[in-house]
Amino acid sequence: MSVLAVNGLSKAFGGVRAVSGVSFAVDAGELLAMIGPNGAGKSTCFNMINGQLAPDSGSIELEGKSLVGKAPREICRSGVGRTFQVTATFGSMTVRENVQLALLSHARAQGSLFSSMEESFLDEAHKLLQQVGMREQADRQCALLAYGDLKRVELAVALASRPRLLLMDEPTAGMAPAERGALMQLAAGLARGEKIAVLFTEHDMDVVFGHADRVIVLADGELIAEGSPTEVRANAQVRSVYLGGEYGDA
Amino acid sequence: MKLLCLLALLLVSTGVSAQTIKIGELNSYKVFPAFLEPYKKGMELALEEINRAGGVNGRKLELVSRDDGGNPGDAVRVAEELITRENVALLTGTFASNIGLAVSNLAAQRKIVFIAAEPLTDKMVWENGNRYTFRLRASTYMQTAMLIPEAVKLKKVRWAIVYPNYEYGQSATASFKKLLAKAQPGVQFVAEQAPPLGKIDAGAVVQALIDAKPEAIFSSLFAADLQKFVREGNLRGLFKNTSVFNLLGGEPEYLDPLKDETPEGWWVTGYPWSEIRTPAHQKFLDAYRKRWNDYPRLGSVVGYAAIYSAANAIRKAGGTDTEKLIAALKGLEMDTPFGPIVYRAHDHQSTMGAYVGQLSARGGKGRMVNWRFADGANFLPPFEEVRILRKE
Amino acid sequence: MSYSSILIQFLNGLASASSLFLVAAGLSLIFGVTRIVNFAHGSLYMLGMYLAVWLAERVGFWAAVPLAAAIVALFGSVVEISLLRRIYKAPELLQLLATFALLLVIKDAALWIWGPEDLLGPRAPGFTGAVGIAGGAFPQYELLLIVLGPVVFVFLQLILSKTRWGILVRAATQDREMASALGVNQRWLFTGVFVLGALLAGLGGALQVPREPANLMVDLTVISDAFVVVVVGGLGSIPGAFLAALLIAEIKAFCIGLGFSEATLVMEFMVMAAVLVLRPWGLLGRMPAEARGAGTAQQPLARPSPRLLRMLVALVAALALVPLASGGYTLVLLTDVLIFALFAVSLHFIMGPAGLYSFGHAAYFGLGAYAAGILFLQGKMPMELALALAPLAAGFGALVFGWFCVRLSGVYSAMLTLAFAQIVWSAAFQWDALTGGSNGIVGIWPAPWLASKTAYYFLTLLFCALGISFLWKAIYSPFGYALRAGRDSPLRADAIGIDVRAAQWAAFAIAGLAAGISGALYAFSKGSISPEAMGIQRSVDGLVMVMLGGIQTLTGPVWGAALYTWLQDAAARNIDYWRALVGIVILALVLAVPQGLGTLVQGRK
Ligand SMILES: Nc1ncnc2c1ncn2[C@@H]1O[C@H](COP(=O)(O)OP(=O)(O)OP(=O)(O)O)[C@@H](O)[C@H]1O
Ligand SMILES: [Mg+2]
Repeated sequence: MSVLAVNGLSKAFGGVRAVSGVSFAVDAGELLAMIGPNGAGKSTCFNMINGQLAPDSGSIELEGKSLVGKAPREICRSGVGRTFQVTATFGSMTVRENVQLALLSHARAQGSLFSSMEESFLDEAHKLLQQVGMREQADRQCALLAYGDLKRVELAVALASRPRLLLMDEPTAGMAPAERGALMQLAAGLARGEKIAVLFTEHDMDVVFGHADRVIVLADGELIAEGSPTEVRANAQVRSVYLGGEYGDA
Repeated sequence: MKLLCLLALLLVSTGVSAQTIKIGELNSYKVFPAFLEPYKKGMELALEEINRAGGVNGRKLELVSRDDGGNPGDAVRVAEELITRENVALLTGTFASNIGLAVSNLAAQRKIVFIAAEPLTDKMVWENGNRYTFRLRASTYMQTAMLIPEAVKLKKVRWAIVYPNYEYGQSATASFKKLLAKAQPGVQFVAEQAPPLGKIDAGAVVQALIDAKPEAIFSSLFAADLQKFVREGNLRGLFKNTSVFNLLGGEPEYLDPLKDETPEGWWVTGYPWSEIRTPAHQKFLDAYRKRWNDYPRLGSVVGYAAIYSAANAIRKAGGTDTEKLIAALKGLEMDTPFGPIVYRAHDHQSTMGAYVGQLSARGGKGRMVNWRFADGANFLPPFEEVRILRKE
Repeated sequence: MSYSSILIQFLNGLASASSLFLVAAGLSLIFGVTRIVNFAHGSLYMLGMYLAVWLAERVGFWAAVPLAAAIVALFGSVVEISLLRRIYKAPELLQLLATFALLLVIKDAALWIWGPEDLLGPRAPGFTGAVGIAGGAFPQYELLLIVLGPVVFVFLQLILSKTRWGILVRAATQDREMASALGVNQRWLFTGVFVLGALLAGLGGALQVPREPANLMVDLTVISDAFVVVVVGGLGSIPGAFLAALLIAEIKAFCIGLGFSEATLVMEFMVMAAVLVLRPWGLLGRMPAEARGAGTAQQPLARPSPRLLRMLVALVAALALVPLASGGYTLVLLTDVLIFALFAVSLHFIMGPAGLYSFGHAAYFGLGAYAAGILFLQGKMPMELALALAPLAAGFGALVFGWFCVRLSGVYSAMLTLAFAQIVWSAAFQWDALTGGSNGIVGIWPAPWLASKTAYYFLTLLFCALGISFLWKAIYSPFGYALRAGRDSPLRADAIGIDVRAAQWAAFAIAGLAAGISGALYAFSKGSISPEAMGIQRSVDGLVMVMLGGIQTLTGPVWGAALYTWLQDAAARNIDYWRALVGIVILALVLAVPQGLGTLVQGRK
């Protein structure tokens, strides 16, 4: 059974049909890339999956259990971690504290009044930061980080809740090309090693075609293509609406 | 930062000679300045007179006056400061009922005499009375009772009542209804309006009173509320065929701002300072005008008499021992600009009276006419009733 | 009520609505564009009144009205350019503190210039009489007001929709960042809006002169009324303000007409609570583009350094030794300081880490104090037990009200806290049998072994030190971090499984409980308690203490409480115009240390 199964998902904002009738599935250990031009509806899909937006219609199932109608925090608890297109971290805290809090929350100890934050899940936090390459910056305040570093912190935070499904909205935006490969390598390693299903969007086609197992393409809210990177790259419709010249003749 | 340094300098209290007797006074000068500035002038006049005449028991009086911040919590702190740091012989002052009661309560706890000068609440000497607290002014009950004879004479059946919604207005209303119903069985109270203090919505209140078609109105409004009420009532014709009684309405503090709008014929308690010809008052009036180049308000008389009460008590007690002061104040007889008064031994209420009369506008100014002096002694319940109230 | 009296009460309501609208419109405009909660708006109105009375004697009423409004507008421009401009970038709510200081200064200035007595102005020439309406007499001037309100409304709408300036104002109201991106000269836009707001306030005040004497209380009355109207209508919405003014004025007029005049004491706050619970952004307001908390979210809250901790321990030790060195009044004053320190820290607990505004924290202080008094006197409990149980009443109150307040955001939430506080206050004020009404409860004294000043001081020191250290420790517990998480990024907090509302709700209750402890200590230290203890003034005092100390610091509220309490005490004793002095000191501090006193103690990272 797939980890995530989305069926006939639709959402409209006023008159704009941001997502209409989208269906796809992600398996454990698989990296699925969702691509499409700006405004295609990718983030809207993510927002529905993690509960931030309520879909107008359609179903979202995580390992057979419906996620529709649940709050983001409940969906997190059922095993979905995510990063945001516009990073969302706790600016007044240090990098380490961001990860520690996520770990605490995963252990359902975020309401404790009497324990000290300082010692909580210190090793685990450091391990996660090590993984994403932020160990050296653990003591820096989040509000002062470079954008690419924030993306890394977000990944560590998302991983802290031991997700079975990881949603990454443009995880490498703001990073240097060399770093992008490394980050995706990490994500791919995790997906395969720990059998996490990964769904990500990306505008960098090197990243997409270099790391995704499968690709789905959205345009104007509709799914227009699906398949292996090679298939999608060869798809004429995809080339006309999105890829244009760049990958056209590859 | 400079300001802070300046403040620190000011804080260093000035040395005080051991010869003087200190009287601690606290009041809401910033909240009720209209009443309390003349009051302060009255106090200072009394103090100067007493000290010019050699002080009390050979020692000069010193007045330590403080702003009580306008709330009971701060007032208690200020009173503590007067007691502990200034070592005052006794406390006096306060204006609002709740502050007066809080300070009275503190006085009992700290065992120091408190002469409540202005607060009108009946509870001060009755329900919440204690052996350390004495009160100078005629209380709400007394002043209400002073208006009853005239109210009864009119033989009006339908009465409407308007009062500021807090202790003073509530107890004035309760006393009025009780006393009038007793004196004139069959009287009806057809409407009651209780606007928040200082926030009367005069147009709507006046209209509501008109709707009730009263023959007479009893009001305990004062200050800005009274001014708004008068203006709207005049405009809308509320007072045309209605007799009106207004507690405190003749006090210069509240009457003077009405100027040519002063309503004709209202029955009020107050202070017709320009027409009182008794020697005691004349002496006070001359001295006050000479000292301040201004005419006295009711507050001036209260402040003046409060200081004299303290001085006389200390003189009679032969010192500042609290127990002796209590003994001295119980039954203390003394003169005031309003004539002789006694601090009743049983309930510590002075018999200071008030003037009852009617309002009239002449030459663009409001004044009291047909007035008479009502001696407080005649408007106090008998000791037996008081004893029950005081739970003695 | 007969038909004619219904009609006349309706007209009364319309006239009151017009005058309410004039002040509220200015306040709403200023808030919409500059995000400044202008506490001194009522003072501008008061200035308009005094100026109009004063000028009317010299140039006649009708010339006095526009003149007074113009002078107030001019004054507004001076205030904006010389003061507010310097602090737009400072932490939010600091402007509130500055304008509060301004209120104090203006009040004393008016006292100094015009004296203490109420000044009843002239009637408006040409509108001195009444006209017959439905068998009753209705003042001509009220009719004029009924017309003037809508005229000003239409005029404002035209400016806002038809002029370039107005369009910029509307753009800035909806999205400040976008407006500045459009190349709007923010400085002059802000000045212009503030001047227009001041002009409206001055005009409102001047036009009120024939209905009400100029007096020194009017500033606070008007500002609270205007706030309510603005919030009920929806922040920044002029039509909303118009509608809300109408609604509130009519409800009040009919309360009076139907004989429920006591209800007018808090009617506007009841309306506000109801509206906010049902429509979280007011009648015509829109959800703000970005809900922001009380602090600039991105400021770190450094862990107290070992040095600071040592200093705090030394401070407590020193405080414990004070009774050896000095007795009497020092202890009384320190007891007050300690009580207010705990109160301020409890307010800071929700304002700082949780980012929830509260304009009504005094409610919990008062609930604790009243519960102490009632349990002790009516419940005949021993003092120790009453002191222990009283805070629970406050905590329970906070639990109930907090449930609603955490569902709102920003100023709306703050105004709901204020509405609840006012409702509790009015209950204390009216419920004679239980609370003693306006007089309050007297005779709440500690047990004999605690009755001496020294003993009570030790008790207070113990409770306050424990309470404060508990709250401070909580800030650095996972719970405290969860609160900050909800403030910094509700989105992220939610996505990692934190229930932000539940955390805020719990914080509200904890803060209420702590405020209740300070209230109960207060009651037993004063021997009495009356409604002022939970009035607006007390809530404002708490805000001032927190902001003086610095909202993004840990220890700041304690220094703020100490300074403010001491300043009031010392200034009130030595200086006639102490309010102005307190105001000036606050202004000086705001300009010199905009981050609050706490930063001086802690240093910045
Ligand atoms: N909250 C919202 N309200 C109204 N419209 C919205 C909202 N969120 C998204 N939209 C619209 O829905 C459509 C899809 O937006 P979405 O953010 O999902 O696109 P995207 O594929 O993530 O684009 P990008 O690559 O730029 O991130 C767009 O037309 C967008 O304007
Ligand atoms: Mg997107």
